[in-house]
Amino acid sequence: MKLTLKIWRQAGPQAEGGIRTYDVDEISEDMSFLEMLDVLNEQLINDDEEPIVFDHDCREGICGSCDLMINGEAHGPEVTTTCQLHMRSFRDGETITVEPWRAAAFPIIKDLMVDRSAFDRIIARGGFVSVNTGAAPDAHATPVPKESADRAFDVATCIGCGACVAACPNGSASLFLGAKITHLGELPQGQAERDTRVASMVAQHDHEGFGGCTNIGECTSACPKGIPLDVISQLNKDLRTAIRHGH
Amino acid sequence: MSNPALKTSDPSSPDDPQQHDDAAGYYVPGDPIADTKAPGGPVEDKWDTRQFEARIVNPANRRKVSVIMVGTGLAGGSAAATLGEAGYQVKTFCYQDSPRRAHSIAAQGGINAAKNYKGDGDSVHRLFYDTIKGGDYRSRETNVFRLAQVSTNIIDQCVAQGVPFAREYGGLLDNRSFGGVQVSRTFYARGQTGQQLLLGAYQALERQIGAGTVQQYSRHEMVELVVVDGRARGVIVRDMVTGELETHLADVVVLASGGYGNVFFLSTNAMGCNVTATWRAHRKGAYMANPCYTQIHPTCIPVSGAHQSKLTLMSESLRNDGRIWVPKDAKDADKDPREIAEDDRDYYLERIYPSFGNLVPRDIASRQAKNMCDEGRGVGPEVEGVRRGVYLDFSEAIGRLGRPAIESKYGNLFDMYARITGEDPYEVPMRIYPAVHYVMGGLWVDYDLQSTIPGLFVAGEANFSDHGANRLGASALMQGLADGYFVLPNTIRDYLADSPFEKIEESHPAVVEARESAEARINHFLSNKGTRSVDSYHRELGNIMWEYCGMERTEDGLKKAIDLIRTLKDDFWRNVKVLGTGDGVNQSLEKAGRVADFFELGELMCIDALNRRESCGGHFRGESQTEDGEALRHDDQYAYVAAWEWAGEGEKPVLHKEDLVYEAVKMAARSYK
Ligand SMILES: Cc1cc2nc3c(=O)[nH]c(=O)nc-3n(C[C@H](O)[C@H](O)[C@H](O)COP(=O)(O)OP(=O)(O)OC[C@H]3O[C@@H](n4cnc5c(N)ncnc54)[C@H](O)[C@@H]3O)c2cc1C
Ligand code: SF4
Ligand code: FES
Repeated sequence: MKLTLKIWRQAGPQAEGGIRTYDVDEISEDMSFLEMLDVLNEQLINDDEEPIVFDHDCREGICGSCDLMINGEAHGPEVTTTCQLHMRSFRDGETITVEPWRAAAFPIIKDLMVDRSAFDRIIARGGFVSVNTGAAPDAHATPVPKESADRAFDVATCIGCGACVAACPNGSASLFLGAKITHLGELPQGQAERDTRVASMVAQHDHEGFGGCTNIGECTSACPKGIPLDVISQLNKDLRTAIRHGH
Repeated sequence: MSNPALKTSDPSSPDDPQQHDDAAGYYVPGDPIADTKAPGGPVEDKWDTRQFEARIVNPANRRKVSVIMVGTGLAGGSAAATLGEAGYQVKTFCYQDSPRRAHSIAAQGGINAAKNYKGDGDSVHRLFYDTIKGGDYRSRETNVFRLAQVSTNIIDQCVAQGVPFAREYGGLLDNRSFGGVQVSRTFYARGQTGQQLLLGAYQALERQIGAGTVQQYSRHEMVELVVVDGRARGVIVRDMVTGELETHLADVVVLASGGYGNVFFLSTNAMGCNVTATWRAHRKGAYMANPCYTQIHPTCIPVSGAHQSKLTLMSESLRNDGRIWVPKDAKDADKDPREIAEDDRDYYLERIYPSFGNLVPRDIASRQAKNMCDEGRGVGPEVEGVRRGVYLDFSEAIGRLGRPAIESKYGNLFDMYARITGEDPYEVPMRIYPAVHYVMGGLWVDYDLQSTIPGLFVAGEANFSDHGANRLGASALMQGLADGYFVLPNTIRDYLADSPFEKIEESHPAVVEARESAEARINHFLSNKGTRSVDSYHRELGNIMWEYCGMERTEDGLKKAIDLIRTLKDDFWRNVKVLGTGDGVNQSLEKAGRVADFFELGELMCIDALNRRESCGGHFRGESQTEDGEALRHDDQYAYVAAWEWAGEGEKPVLHKEDLVYEAVKMAARSYK
């Protein structure tokens, strides 16, 4: 396939960015989107132009590193990660626009690479169970109903990619936040800190510059791991309870 | 050779290394390693003894002690969190933008632990025995026993953290059996066990970051180790966003930087996995042990074209129901497999290994697939002239069990396959091929996980001691967390009890030297003005490694590989092209540093493989096979760890041997016929 690529280039956080146009040829349908960019980068290096910077690592849809807006959609036209998007989802001769995640809380570092460390800071404010190493009771001491364990697992599969934020017109991270609140809230181990967890994680979320949720639902339709929208209701419910308890 | 234990080999054997030192001329023999510092007494008591004897750092003094942790995967993340809880001042580094993205996140299958929750006769002893045998008697008995002992605590710890393991309806933990083991001891969280375990460790780490005991440096790559007066005292790291070289000094340095399978370019590893942290330490005096031990996984999605960047693993559980075959006649290779008659198919594993069939161990399944493709009977697209794929066919299982049964068992794997290949595996047989997956080699460590540089500790896949020549499924996660949560935090305190250590200034000549050598390397790449991209060199190096130091190795092939690597390395240093500058994000520059180290590692891997004229584990030496082509180990000659010392630029490496002593288990041959 032959493709025309319109790609956001930006030399650094303060630099002015803009779209540049590149042509690539001999793209096979079996390539992933990132392999297609590898081909472009080899071509750029040959032409003495600096290769395009983008984040990626596992290339199997699990680490959450890859993060491209493709034709205005987070991770592109399929509901998957960018590394698992294959070129057979595009037509020969197509023009494709590639941009970085856009959200105030995810500043651009260079080209397509953004800073998502706000997610880590949210987790550091309570996205855990406080248990020191070596102090744990036998794993069978507390049975967990299978339904709870399954539900906890389903929402714990969030890969922290940030597509939900990028897709949200408000730049809210409520789906990400709700996933963690629900994961730990489903398990007996997570109960002791339930109120403080939600209160301080939400405070950090707001402090980082993420927007508020107005129930648009773009987040869940862009989420490659299918985190359901009802984690946001859970988040709100837990927050109300925490406030009622004086947090 | 200086190791008297080796003189016991049978001189009449044609494979006697005294007559057949294939690697002579490539290395210099060194002194044997006399002591691994494991305490005396029966193997069951050693860990208790060590924990009791290891000195303690008084809680009030701990905050004055500083620890550098390179790597925040399962091993590093869990160790840093635990040391932070204990009150030490910890700095952690990783090259990704967040510790949650470490390569451990990708592990699918599960984690072993000797819990005996099923009452099927599992025990610490049985897990210990299975691990030693699975490693083809090339791992260290004392370390493996300890691994089995602490395995049970890992599950408790993770459950307390909220890791959502699979459960039964009664609310208790479920587990399954894995990789030919006869008991059910593998705990799992669907197909994403590594992800959930890593998130547990990451959350524990973030808790400490929030509490201020751990400082995390993401997007920071270690590029040099600082050794002062023979002790590891710090690291030089490159801030991958600003390009700045930073010096971080501490009382002790821990490397938990993962494995180096990416030396092969194509592997199931994440793209950023590299050897730089451990290789830089190797160059500063840490021995590199068994570098040639590579695990090849038989069920990966084959290469589809020359631009492929990465290979994807398909869980091994597929071999329970899929039948593996290739056409009998090479002329049928490009036919639609559904049109190849039953009689024209060669179910080669069932034919050669009637008792194990499609369930032979990883190394055997992998090697036979390669043999079929080398014979020209591979299937799928031709890449560089050869079809590298064999069929994994579910049609018989679908006929027998019905499609819904197969869907519920393997649905997500089938979907993943369909997404990557664009083929529907319910309709057409899957194509699979072996790929590099894991490395059992790594920095040599003693019983305390300390390397040959005092004050440098190594944990997880980056060290060598627990898996021998082959790794059983679900035991890498176990080792990473055992090292990180339980072993290292206990052994390191004995070293730290000698603190306070002398304070080091950044102006110390050893620090300046480390910094300048890192700077010089970076400047060389940026000013080189060559003609070839870093990736093109990496790909070519990977091809050499795969061809000659991959599944099957021979003396001639390895010697050829060493020549090829040396020539290519020379060309790389003169001709590599890195555009842009050093004062910001520069991914080509990052890769250039990693590939430079892969060249040196690749050469040592070939020398190590050349020295080991025996077949064991995932490593098959053409010269060492039985009459019917099976792997032939030589316990009388090679029951040692090959620990290599860096002798300087352009010098031959020095080989130190650590004899493997088995007191609690008896060595036995493997047979799967
Ligand atoms: C696809 C796949 C599936 C697997 N499935 C299983 C399974 O089911 N069961 C099992 O037991 N094992 C499995 N394994 C193996 C297992 O996942 C790994 O061996 C294990 O996770 C390694 O953990 P680690 O902490 O040692 O290293 P990693 O998780 O690789 O962490 C390395 C860390 O070091 C950092 N780092 C590396 N170099 C530098 C540097 N120079 N400077 C700064 N930081 C650096 C990285 O950023 C990262 O934080 C699987 C492996 C793969 C590839
Ligand atoms: S909720 Fe979904 S989209 Fe948002 S970070 Fe998690 S996986 Fe990504
Ligand atoms: S690169 Fe890891 S999810 Fe895409």
